[in-house]
Amino acid sequence: MKGNEAIAEAAIRCGCDAYFGYPITPQSEILEYLALEDPYNKRSGMVVLQAESEIAAINMVYGAAGCGKKAMTSSSSPGISLKQEGLSYIAAGELPCLVVNVSRGGPGLGSIQPGQADYFQSVKGGGHGDYRLIVLAPNTVQEQYDFVDLGFELAFKYRNPVLILSDGAIGQMMEKVVLTPQKDRSVTLPSWATTGKTPDRERNRIFTLNIETDVQENHNRKLQAKYKVVEENEIRYQEFKTDDAEYIIVAYGISSRICMKTIQLAREKGIKLGMFRPITLWPFPKQKLFELSKNVKGIFAVEHSCGQMVEDVELAVKNNTPVKFYGRSGGVIMTPQEVLLFIESEMNK
Amino acid sequence: METVIEKTNVNVDIEALRKEIIKEENIVFKKTIGLTDNPLSYCPGCGHGVVHRLIGEVCEEMEIIQDVIAIAPVGCSVFAYDFFNLDTQSAAHGRAPAVATGVKRTMPDKYVFTYQGDGDLAAIGTGETIHAANRGENITIIFINNGIYGMTGGQMAPTTLLNMKSSTSPYGREMDVHGYPLNITDMIAPLRGVCYATRQSVHTPANVRKAKAAIKKAFEYQKLKKGLSIVEIMSNCNSGWKMTPVQSNKWMEENMLENFPLGDIKVPQDK
Ligand SMILES: Cc1ncc(C[n+]2csc(CCOP(=O)(O)OP(=O)(O)O)c2C)c(N)n1
Repeated sequence: MKGNEAIAEAAIRCGCDAYFGYPITPQSEILEYLALEDPYNKRSGMVVLQAESEIAAINMVYGAAGCGKKAMTSSSSPGISLKQEGLSYIAAGELPCLVVNVSRGGPGLGSIQPGQADYFQSVKGGGHGDYRLIVLAPNTVQEQYDFVDLGFELAFKYRNPVLILSDGAIGQMMEKVVLTPQKDRSVTLPSWATTGKTPDRERNRIFTLNIETDVQENHNRKLQAKYKVVEENEIRYQEFKTDDAEYIIVAYGISSRICMKTIQLAREKGIKLGMFRPITLWPFPKQKLFELSKNVKGIFAVEHSCGQMVEDVELAVKNNTPVKFYGRSGGVIMTPQEVLLFIESEMNK
Repeated sequence: METVIEKTNVNVDIEALRKEIIKEENIVFKKTIGLTDNPLSYCPGCGHGVVHRLIGEVCEEMEIIQDVIAIAPVGCSVFAYDFFNLDTQSAAHGRAPAVATGVKRTMPDKYVFTYQGDGDLAAIGTGETIHAANRGENITIIFINNGIYGMTGGQMAPTTLLNMKSSTSPYGREMDVHGYPLNITDMIAPLRGVCYATRQSVHTPANVRKAKAAIKKAFEYQKLKKGLSIVEIMSNCNSGWKMTPVQSNKWMEENMLENFPLGDIKVPQDK
């Protein structure tokens, strides 16, 4: 199935309660698939609603998540920009939810072809205030599928929004997917959720305002402590031929798929090239990358942007070894060959 | 009772008196259990507090406190989640109808209402308001129209009258610069998703009673899944208008009600 369809199918099967979306290329298949499958009436009882805007959609997610429901939305770059206000509120209110960005070339309306230029927005903030999203970056259709359930699991474990940062290529490509059995939708809702105040408990409130500055600072400290636990426990990455590597590519999403071929071509030429793929972009697997960088002659950050993840790579590597950046942008997809040409030219410098 | 009065006249034992007063059989008036004991943050004389009480009373009388989820806005009533003794979510500025949609769609058996000011509902949240109405979301919007942005210090609102002064229309609202006062309840009333649209006020005791009846009706229509109901309530903003509470209620009656006439705009047509 298509990467976007995998997201939709995973949502139904993992027992998601509600999806709120707004059409935008290259991710409209998610909403279309859900509408066609009609899970609301036929399969799982899931709510599927086309909102009037991405702003409305993310706020619908806020409402449903505040009731302790598994709620999600998806969009592509320009629409994700509109969701930033809502994401800041959801993070501040410590609500669990899943957001999918099948990103395209930017800035502005940009291009509808794949892009990875929303890295900063995803991992550094995007909305206002000190908050973090847990960011998962799939590079196969299978991972698109698997990360939906994983995303909800992490979202509820930490009461935090989770972002799947995909791209137009992974969203549109077709691959085989191993599906999981249909899960039941959960009937017991968390104790903090707004489900109607019964006489046996205090009222539940979902809010993000703290007029007293010290109360707000304490809330921020609590959030930061939570983020630290996430950093200690949820780092995910994949290594490919790093054991004997003299040079390492760092890439995620579609770039990492392309670089698999680059590595094959390089190895045929006798160049010992490997790859380190961050799966969680936040928390970024900086410690592992730091260790790896001690033993190599150079690191190449390869991404479909004008240079965003490379900053985190440089921070992780801490001058252990030179870090070089290669990128294409605007929706242009790089070839494995051009990446190899770049690497060879850098090696010969 | 008599003995108490005698006792206080002779020798005032405040503690004993207090204990006596709060005895169940001596209580003549109680705050509704639909509200918490937190002191309201509203200016003395402002209509927000009255409307809060009406909502609390309706929830208590209908015995639905355990079945209500309230959505608070951004505006003077931003702390509504601390005043209603209800499960409450606080929405971003203008987004309450979208948040309410997410709540109601996933909790269809609950009563869901938003409580919004005119800036929240008719400026930044216009899109969310119109589309929730058009989808016929089974929610109730309680819309406080005070013709001004109270919270941020008295700036012009979409509902500010022509020639009315505010801190951002210091010479009065001018039609050719700022446009006309927006009458959003009349605007959305014709939408087929709206079952009940009414405009009430809380500036006299008689109006307060009518406003309460309207809120109750809206909740009843919600129970019958008739669609979106909106109860607009005209309210003074004595601080923002720079008047005494009494002056402001008089001014409202003489000026606001001409632009925003009271009464039902749409009631459900039973088939
Ligand atoms: C996105 C955003 N923009 C602006 C504000 C600032 N703000 C807070 S309350 C408010 C106006 C509220 O006015 P209204 O809805 O009429 O309610 P009132 O205070 O009069 O009850 C504004 C502009 C905000 N909190 N968020």
